[in-house]
Amino acid sequence: MNALMSLSPHESAHAQVVPAPTYNDTIVRQFAIAAVVWGVVSMLVGVFIAAQMAWPALNFDLPWLSFGRLRPLHTNAAIFAFGGCALFATSYWVVQRTCQVRVISDKLAALHFWLWQLVIVGAAITLPLGITRGKEYAELEWPLSIAIAVAWVAYAVVFFGTIGIRKVRHIYVANWFYGAFIIAVALLHITNAMSMPASLWKSYSVYAGVQDAMVQWWYGHNAVGFFLTAGFLGIVYYFIPKQAERPVYSYRLSIVHFWALIFTYMWAGPHHLHYTALPDWTQSLGMVFSLILLAPSWGGMINGVMTLSGAWHKLRDDPIIRFMIVALSFYGIATFEGPMMSIKTVNALSHYTDWGIGHVHGGTLGWVGFISMGALYYLIPRLYGQPRMYSLRAIELHFWISTLGIVLYIASMWIAGVMQGLMWRSVNADGSLTYTFVESVKSSMPFYIIRFVGGLMYLSGMAVMTWNVVRTISAGKAHDARIPAALVHA
Amino acid sequence: MSLSHEKIETSNWLMIVLILVVVAIGGLVEIVPLYFQKSTTQPIAGVAPDSALRVVGRDIYIREGCYNCHSQMIRPLVAETMRYGHYSVAGEYVYDHPFQWGSKRTGPDLHRVGGKYSDEWQRLHLIRPRDLVPESIMPGYPWLEHTSVEAWPVQAHMGALRRVGVPYTDAQIAEAPAELKGKTELDALVAYLQGLGLALR
Repeated sequence: MNALMSLSPHESAHAQVVPAPTYNDTIVRQFAIAAVVWGVVSMLVGVFIAAQMAWPALNFDLPWLSFGRLRPLHTNAAIFAFGGCALFATSYWVVQRTCQVRVISDKLAALHFWLWQLVIVGAAITLPLGITRGKEYAELEWPLSIAIAVAWVAYAVVFFGTIGIRKVRHIYVANWFYGAFIIAVALLHITNAMSMPASLWKSYSVYAGVQDAMVQWWYGHNAVGFFLTAGFLGIVYYFIPKQAERPVYSYRLSIVHFWALIFTYMWAGPHHLHYTALPDWTQSLGMVFSLILLAPSWGGMINGVMTLSGAWHKLRDDPIIRFMIVALSFYGIATFEGPMMSIKTVNALSHYTDWGIGHVHGGTLGWVGFISMGALYYLIPRLYGQPRMYSLRAIELHFWISTLGIVLYIASMWIAGVMQGLMWRSVNADGSLTYTFVESVKSSMPFYIIRFVGGLMYLSGMAVMTWNVVRTISAGKAHDARIPAALVHA
Repeated sequence: MSLSHEKIETSNWLMIVLILVVVAIGGLVEIVPLYFQKSTTQPIAGVAPDSALRVVGRDIYIREGCYNCHSQMIRPLVAETMRYGHYSVAGEYVYDHPFQWGSKRTGPDLHRVGGKYSDEWQRLHLIRPRDLVPESIMPGYPWLEHTSVEAWPVQAHMGALRRVGVPYTDAQIAEAPAELKGKTELDALVAYLQGLGLALR
């Protein structure tokens, strides 16, 4: 007894020396900073190619600066480098905190980070060199495609492995969305990337013609559905309740809209192929499921926005909440517009025009961009032991300059798109075509300039964010949060 | 509902398996049958695998990212068939690895551009588009004229295409390098464009 008594003070002193277990916030910091850096880069390339469409001399007659090679660099960087890093940072933050454990493997998480950065650098080198598979959003040649698959498997093992050792009985709703994003993207990427190598940097899709088109848009639409939607809904379900300090509006709605969303999205791809040589039955299926998709999409939007119920004043007082809620508003707009554009008669007008570009950017700039920025503004001070971002006024400035930029961008592309569609189909009384093609190009010019200005404003907002992030980081120092010791085993 | 869902949301493996099943269905239903329809798997009359020079031209078309601004898919809409010609059918694409239908028309559709302009027009237009179409916003491709086609990779490229189902004969692959002798990348790209969409007019 005495011996025990005398041991315990010694033991407790010893326990104080051993550092308390912490979350792996290094991986979150790495991906969060990468998201900011790649955000700037991808938007810079976007603004440059927007300028090329207004002033074609900016192609400089140089192969590696020509639009056809840089546009894939813009799309890949924006989706997979900026969007990807934002998703990885937030998902590593969320999965550790909602499972109350450190990630299952620091090494695999580090492999995921460095391999992903390698792929991004590889993309930045190979795409301007014209090394491409020639399929949209899936341009990276087979060695890089394999590297993506390896990084993805590492990510999946860490994510689900961490859930496997969780100290909390229930898997939190945000993790369902991140999990579906991880599984679906693995399935989509591996299927669509199937290629026959002809040399180290050249391969041919194993699918041909109609099958290749269907596989591509099954992939392409669900890159939107899972990479750009389900993953970012994971952000919604963790960071909005946290920042608003309110619980998720409806648990039941989360269940219903989660399963409905992930089931329905996978059918919607053929709406990218209306009136093409794809068989009609497939087009009809794609249209019907695209219309159904409105319901689960709006279910998610309503669940996110209504989380603010009873705390609406935060929209006025808290610019971070404003980023997140306005993101959901753009999500609502884009997911209404999408089903509408998937109606074949509407699509006959809108397809191939700049309306599609406007639609995509409403989703990417408004939804994906804003929800990521909101989450990054939440994360970065916490990752560096700071109470808040260096400047709240800079967040305000970022919000307004970017919002105005988006409005200019999407409004100009809507107008240009509808105009192009109408000009292409216009026929004279004698049955001849009213306009040559190039007349529609000429008429689009003012809108290409407005779009360039809108994009430049959005990029400027990102520059303000970068300044704010640098000031916040240099005022603090890297900080790993402790895992709470007392746990309720529900 | 919440009672039964408790089972799912407390089991990592059940969650993984259910997500996988739910997301796999749509693609299976929409993709697999396309391999069993005659209209999507059989070439129409007049469609043959590309010649060696056109294979190189198509590689350049893909390399320069032409698909970012040009579609190769004419929809069966009146104004569209008036502008571009007969609407496109699936049997015209059975040898296209990858497909190049595109999704945006910053420039016009190219599916039946073959023979629409002279070779000389295509060459001048590719080098300096605004010399021929002042309002065009297309980039110039002057380097194509000064780059000769390397003959040696084409056999590997045609071999890879054969492995995914394009029916090249041994003789066609053996003779391929000879067809490329003295050709520039511009020659190859023009040959590719001039052969587009000739099966239906």
